[in-house]
Formats: sequence, C-alpha cells, structure tokens
Amino acid sequence: MTIQALARSIVGERTWPLLLDAAVFIVVMGVACAVLMVGHVWLGPVNDHAEISRSPSALPLYALYSLVRMTVAYVLSMAFAITYGYIAAYNRRVRAVMLAVLDILQSIPVLSFLPGVMLAMVALFPTRQLGVEIGSVILIFTGQVWNMAFSFYASLRSIPKELREASKIYRFGWLQRFLQLELPYATIGLVWNSMVSVAGGWFFLMACEMFVLGKRDFRLPGLGSYLQSAASAGDTGAILWGLGAMITVIILIDQLVWRPAIAWSEKFKFEQVEATAAPESWVLNLLRKSPLLTRVQQKTLGPLDDYMCTKAGRHSAEEGAVTGGAVGKTVLAVLIAAALAAAAGLGVVEAFHTLAGINWGEVLVTVESAGATFLRVLISLAIASLWTIPAGVAIGLSPRLARIAQPLAQIAASVPATALFPVVLLALIKLGGGLNVGSILLMLLGTQWYILFNVIAGATAIPSEFLEVAEIFRFSRLDRWRKVILPGIFPYLITGLVTASGGAWNASIIAEYFHFQGKVLSTFGLGAEISSATDDGNFAVLLLSTIVMATLVVSVNRMLWRPLYHLAETRYKLES
Amino acid sequence: MAEPLIEARKVEKFYGQPGANRIQVIAPLDLCVYPGEILALLGPSGSGKSTLLRILTGLAQASAGEVLWHGQPVSGPVENVSIVFQSFALFPWLTVLENVEAPLKACGVEAAERIKRATQMLDTVGLDGFENAYPKELSGGMKQRVGFARALVVEPEILFMDEPFSALDVLTAENLRNELLDLWEDQKMPTQTIFIVTHNIDEAVLLADRVVVLGKNPARIRTDFHVDLPRPRDHKNPRFGELVDYVYTVLTQPEAQPQVPSATLAKPHYPMLPHARPGGIAGLLEILADRNGREDIHLLADLLSFEVDDMLPIVEAAAMLGFVTVSEGEVEMTAAGHEFLDADILRKKELFRAAALERVPLLKKILSALETKTDRTLPDEFFEDLLDEHFSEDETKLQLETAINWGRYAELFDHDSRGQRFFIPQEAAAGTAQ
Repeated sequence: MTIQALARSIVGERTWPLLLDAAVFIVVMGVACAVLMVGHVWLGPVNDHAEISRSPSALPLYALYSLVRMTVAYVLSMAFAITYGYIAAYNRRVRAVMLAVLDILQSIPVLSFLPGVMLAMVALFPTRQLGVEIGSVILIFTGQVWNMAFSFYASLRSIPKELREASKIYRFGWLQRFLQLELPYATIGLVWNSMVSVAGGWFFLMACEMFVLGKRDFRLPGLGSYLQSAASAGDTGAILWGLGAMITVIILIDQLVWRPAIAWSEKFKFEQVEATAAPESWVLNLLRKSPLLTRVQQKTLGPLDDYMCTKAGRHSAEEGAVTGGAVGKTVLAVLIAAALAAAAGLGVVEAFHTLAGINWGEVLVTVESAGATFLRVLISLAIASLWTIPAGVAIGLSPRLARIAQPLAQIAASVPATALFPVVLLALIKLGGGLNVGSILLMLLGTQWYILFNVIAGATAIPSEFLEVAEIFRFSRLDRWRKVILPGIFPYLITGLVTASGGAWNASIIAEYFHFQGKVLSTFGLGAEISSATDDGNFAVLLLSTIVMATLVVSVNRMLWRPLYHLAETRYKLES
Repeated sequence: MAEPLIEARKVEKFYGQPGANRIQVIAPLDLCVYPGEILALLGPSGSGKSTLLRILTGLAQASAGEVLWHGQPVSGPVENVSIVFQSFALFPWLTVLENVEAPLKACGVEAAERIKRATQMLDTVGLDGFENAYPKELSGGMKQRVGFARALVVEPEILFMDEPFSALDVLTAENLRNELLDLWEDQKMPTQTIFIVTHNIDEAVLLADRVVVLGKNPARIRTDFHVDLPRPRDHKNPRFGELVDYVYTVLTQPEAQPQVPSATLAKPHYPMLPHARPGGIAGLLEILADRNGREDIHLLADLLSFEVDDMLPIVEAAAMLGFVTVSEGEVEMTAAGHEFLDADILRKKELFRAAALERVPLLKKILSALETKTDRTLPDEFFEDLLDEHFSEDETKLQLETAINWGRYAELFDHDSRGQRFFIPQEAAAGTAQ
C-alpha cells in the first residue's frame, strides 16, 4: 500500500459513489420494467393490422421496442457467432464447409430470408404476437451475425502459438482456456464487429419491422415502422421526428455502450508496450468508480469464475479427453452430417420444385436486372472512392483536420442510410430525378463510410518517413500519390471496398424499391426484383433472384476482391 | 546414474510420406534428461531444437519413436512441467498476479492459497510490488521474470526454457541469467531439472551442467558432454574458452567430429603454482623417506606441528613435480621422488629442471619467452600481463615470486628485483640450449 493508492481512494470518493450506485440501480430497474412491458406485448394476441401512430409522443415507446428487438437479435448473434466460430476453428474436418456456408449466407440479402422466416414463425405461434416478433428478431439477426462469426473464427485461428502452448502446458480446462485466452483474444474484433453489425441492424430496421407478404401486411410497433409509415404517408414532419429519435438513440448507444466497450476492450489488445493514446470513455470511468458494481463483481463473478474454472471447467476437460475416444465422436459427426445432408437435400428438392414454375423470360429478366444492379453497385463504389480517397487521405495526414472531421463523420455514418431515404427521395422528387439515379445515391449513402474510414486509417498508418522521403526528393504531386499514398492506403482501401460492395448489394434491395407517399417507387434491378417478389409473395422469383444475387456476390468476392486482397497482404503490407 | 525423468527413444519428426518427398526434421535420436541437472540444448536456428522441446513436453507428437516420462509413455502435455517462452507468452489482459495464478487455478488450487503462493513466487523473482501491473507496463526483463514466476509456481519437475533470454537486450539477459543461477545454486528454485534451448554458445557453457548440440537437416545429436567447470563460471577462464571454441567448431563444421577437449589435458594453461620453496619440497621428501615413503597428510602435519593448510602447498608442489602422489589423504613417494632425494646437489637441480619443464607450464612459458629475445631478458610486467588474465593481482605477484624461486633453483632463469626483469644468465643459457 502506498500513498498513491491512498490518494486514489480519496479521489474516488469525490465522485459521489452513492449517486453512481443510485444511477446504476435505476438503470437496472428500468431495464427490468422495459423487459416486463415488452414481454406483455409480445405474449399478447396477434395484432395483425397494428396501426402505427405517427405522433411524436409514441416515439419513446417505439424506440424502446426497436431497441429490445435489436438487443435480443444482438445477443443471439453473439451466441451464434461464438459457437459457430468455435466449431469452425477447432474441427478441421468441417471447417472448409462451415466457412463456405458462412460466405454464402453472408452474401444472401437479409430480405430474402424474410418470407420464409416470417411464415414459419407465424405458423409456429398463430395466436401470439410472439411469432411476428421472433421473425423480426431473426431477420435483424441474419443481418448482424455473419461478420461477427467470421471475426471470432479469425481471432481464434490467429491466437499466437506460444500463448496456446502456455495454456496447454499449464493444463487449463476448456473453460479457463475460453475465459482467459480465447474470449479475451477475440474481444477487440468482436467489439468492432458488433458496432458494424448493430449499424447494419439499424439499416434494415425499417424493412424488418413493417412489410407486406402476399396478402398479409405485417406491422410491428417500432422506430423502423414509424419511419416507414411516415414515408408512405409522405408526412415530412413525422419523417424528421423519427429521424431525430433514431439519431438520438444511436448517439446515446454510442456513448453509453460502444465508447465504454471500446475503452474497456483496450485491455485485451495484444501488444507488448502500452499505447500512448488509448481510447477513453467517461461512462466507463464512472462505472469503474461505482463501489456497488465493484462489490457485485467481487462477490459474484469472481467466485463463480473460480468455481467454474477449478471445478466445472476441469471436469469437462477431463470428460472431453475421455469421450475423445474416436468411436463416439465419429458416430456423432456422422449423425450430424447425415441430418445436415438430409436437410440440404430436402431444401434443394424444394427449391427445384419452386423454380420449376419459372419460364425463361423471367430468367432473362432476372439476369438483365442483375446486370443493372451490378452497374449501379460499381458506379456507387466509383463515386464513393472519388470523394472519400482524397478526403480520407487529407484527414488521415492532418491530425488537426482529423480532430474536427472524425467525430462528424462518425455521427454522419452512424445514421442508417435507410432512415435518410425518405428525406433524399423528397429532395429527388423535387429536383425531378428518378429512382434510377436515386438508388445509386441511396447505395452511396449506405456504403461510402466504409471506404472513408478505411482510407483514413490507411493514411494515418503511412510511416512519416515515407512522406519525408517524398518531401526531400521533391516528388511531384502525381508521384507522391502514385509512389507513396496509394500504395500506402491500398490494403485499407481494398478492405473498405469489399465491405462497401457487400453493403451496396444489400442496400440495392431497399434502394431500388420503396414505398413512398402511398405508392411504390421502383426501378429496374435485382434488388427491386427481390423486394417486389417479397411483396407479391412470388417465391419462385424471390428464390431465383436471391440465388443470382448470392452467386454474383460470392463470385465477385472470389474473382475480384480475394486476389486484390492477397496482393494487398503480400505486396503492400507494411511490416513493422 | 539416477533414473531419467524424461527419456526420448528413437524420437523423430518428419512430414509427408516415406520416400523422396519426406521432409525429415528430426532424425531418430535418443536423449535422457536426469534429475538435478541443467541441460542446454544448442543448435543452429532452424535445427529443430524447439520442436524437440515440444515433443519432450508432450505439446507436439513425435512422428515415430516414444517419449517416456518416469518410464511411462507420454501422450498429450506432460503433467508437472513448465515452459518459459521466448516471447514470454504472458496473457496481456491478466495482471501479473493473475498470470502467475493461472496455472494454479488450472490445478484447482483454492483462491487464498493461490494468491499466497503466487505472491511468494513473485517475491522470489524480485517482482514484489508489481502484482497488479499489467504485462504491457513492464520492461522485457520484468516480463520474463513473470514468465519465470508463472513457470515455477507449479513447482515443476522440469523447467523447460525455450530461448528465454533471446528477446532481451544483452545486459538484461546477463543479469537475469545470473539471478537464475543464484536461485539454482541456493536451491530456491522449486524444480529438479532445467532444460534450456538456446542458440547462444556462451549461455549454454555458462549455465549448463550438460550441453547437447544438435546438427541440422535433419536434427541429430552432434555431441553431448558435461561442463566440468565449477560455478560461478568465468568467461575468461581458459577452459571456458576451450569449451566455447569446441562447440563453435561443432556448430560451424557440420562434417567435423571434433573430440571434447579433455579436462586433464586442457586444464587452465597456468595451473596455480603452490607456494612452496624447493627446499621445502626436499624436506618433505626426506621426512617421507624416513616413514617408509608414505604417510597420512594430517599425521605428517601433526608431526611437524604444522597446520594442514601450511603443509598442503608443499605436498601439492611435490605432487606437481611428480615426486609424490596423493590419494585419499595419503602422500606416497614416487620413484622420481626417491631418485631426487638420493641424488647429489647438481643432479638434484637437473632432475628438478627436467620435472619443472615437463610439468610446470608457467616455468616453461617464462623460459621460452625469454629465449625468443636476443638479449634474453623481459620485464616483470610482461609476465604480470600474461598471468593477470588468470589470477588476481596479488596472486599474480605470488605466482611470479614462486616461479622465480623454482626457476633459480632449477637454474632456468634468474630475476633482477631492482630492475624488475627476468633474464637468463649466460652460462645457464649455454647449458639449456643443448
């Protein structure tokens, strides 16, 4: 014990721990109340044609409903991502298959899942609101989960060999290994991907809360449906109110959840020396000072973790070693494989059955529309690159500019593009542009940020020596870009473009087909094809266009992005 | 010899199928690790040292052959061993204390006991006060101390170390090595055996009781020898240099099969001259002859009312010249001793001269150095410089003093104490030149 420690405890007292504890307590109670309320609605009878109020006073409750959906979907995503990533990382036999499946699932647009999921859930719970709610949650889940699973898998695979060996030689049980090695190592990746995922969730919130499926019109009370019905009615005031509410919620979540999470995850950075400028969060700083939380942690989590690691975790480790007997494992594996194969077989048969009703004309239209959307994706990427590369480099190379621009860009990026669509459409209609141009703009709104942030990161990472070399040898502006800046940001740019292109494809479904002012605005494209098929309940076309889109995305990934990525990794990687 | 703790039998590692495409990393090799030794495994980089370490610990599987742990075949990580890693392999998200506690937690030790043992071990490695720091706040040397504490807290039977000092700067490494040796010598280290993998020859000869050198492509044992130097070891010790040179030769010449320089032949170039005068030696021989040529040293000392310590240099000097042999506390005259005793004074000097030139390297060195000069004289400083690599300053003076005594008696050379020079008198030079 030193004077420093004493001083720290005195400083701690000045922050009124009692107030802090009270705040923590209130938050916990509030969450409990909200859960009760939501549960009441969810378990109530089906409310098929729920009227969505456009009054601003409904917004807090709607925001709460949307938040709960997002949270449940997020928790599910996390659980799934960890399980899936774990199995893929540790089972060499199924790894290749699991990764390919992940790759394909990732490229299937969220809304293509919609009809199947919804009809199944409504069939499961015909008399309860629960069915529709679960369906909506599952849709949000499908938009969030894949990159988190990839991230966890990649983290597990990249755990340094010596750390693994240390956990082996000191005979960690599986639980201790999970808690002290795997989960901590994956934390930073999971936190960042969680942010991206939840942003994606906001993006599709409108589509996931209110949709027409054949003759049935599903509406769930929430922020997304509020915005959607405001747009349908062309109610500008309501659109702005809804937008404001959504931005407020997003900023609040950013401050209350993501900033603290990032600051906290700094602890898990795998680095040898301490970073000079670590992210900070005022919320985290406050929470760390709360005596109540500290005590709760000491009294519950500590001993629990202890018990699990020393007793429960070890037993399982030993049992695992015993059942590691080849026979049991093989039988299990064969059973699972057989079940999966049967399900896949059924699916394929069913798919063929559905596709049988399609004539060649429809196939041709689908292919043409795919071409149109592909073109739009490319144009939107090109436009995005044109402005984000110079802007990103300027911001990345100038700390002064970065201090001002970075937070602004972050707020701008955090507003889901879908929420802005109505505003943009209003403007477009005033200016007389069609959705053909408008949809490109909408894709751009959703995807440019991925490129911008990656370019900023890349420009920041260019070693200053390189820039100094360019300075000393008086490189021309062209040479400076060609020989220093572009190669420097290349790997980051590719990462940004890959993410953006995926996002653009996904966005096309919403951007090309939009309910606005009581009518449907649409333009020729694969996204519109998918959306209208969903609306009409035309499963054959939906399936066909989904397959086309997934195939296109996967093959573009394999043939274009992966080689470029490889090039970036090998030739343009700056070894530190 | 004791039972080996770990025994590798025909252990090998290869990739691919038998035939042309097989990549043999480790050729079949046998290796035993015994309790109580520090074994250093040396080899060029990429020779498979680390792979061998991992096979011995059970972290990696051998492609063929078996590893026995206390005579039992090993499958999976061996119980009760620890590894200190080159990259430290500390968990950056755990505090120093939690890092050290982790292995205990894995063995199911209760929280209170865990903290007690971990704190104690941190004290032992000199890290008290750093319990709540995170590894990234520590310097490299301190991180590796945490690595040691974590490895030792489980009281492993064998402490494996995989290039534990390579990631540290030279001074820190040196410091940590010495502290490690101190702990080992003071038996504060709760481990029976240390197995250290290194590519640093100096480090191996400094630390190890036994050095095993691996060859490359595929790994095989080139040599396996005991380091016969007492601790603390001194880099300047000629025997140290000899062993380092030997290992260096083995490592740099993959085809050569040099012999381990034998310790008897290659004792330090200048074994210490016992501080005895020739007259004293002759006196000892006379007394011995009186007592039938053999006597217990202690009795002899009693008889002459000498302290044994005063007696010993004379006995050693006689033994060095080959006039007596000493075994188990008994001194026995040799034939050469009898001959010396029975000879007249001139013959005595001749015999003494012959024995000295044959068996006392320092005298021979002084003589040959003087002979290289046309004026056959050299200053004291020359010989002082020669000796102070091996002896302390005071001891150097004493050594030269004794050498002068013996040289004069043997009429090999003389010394001018005012001019502080050694020289060969003209007639003596003429005498020995034949």
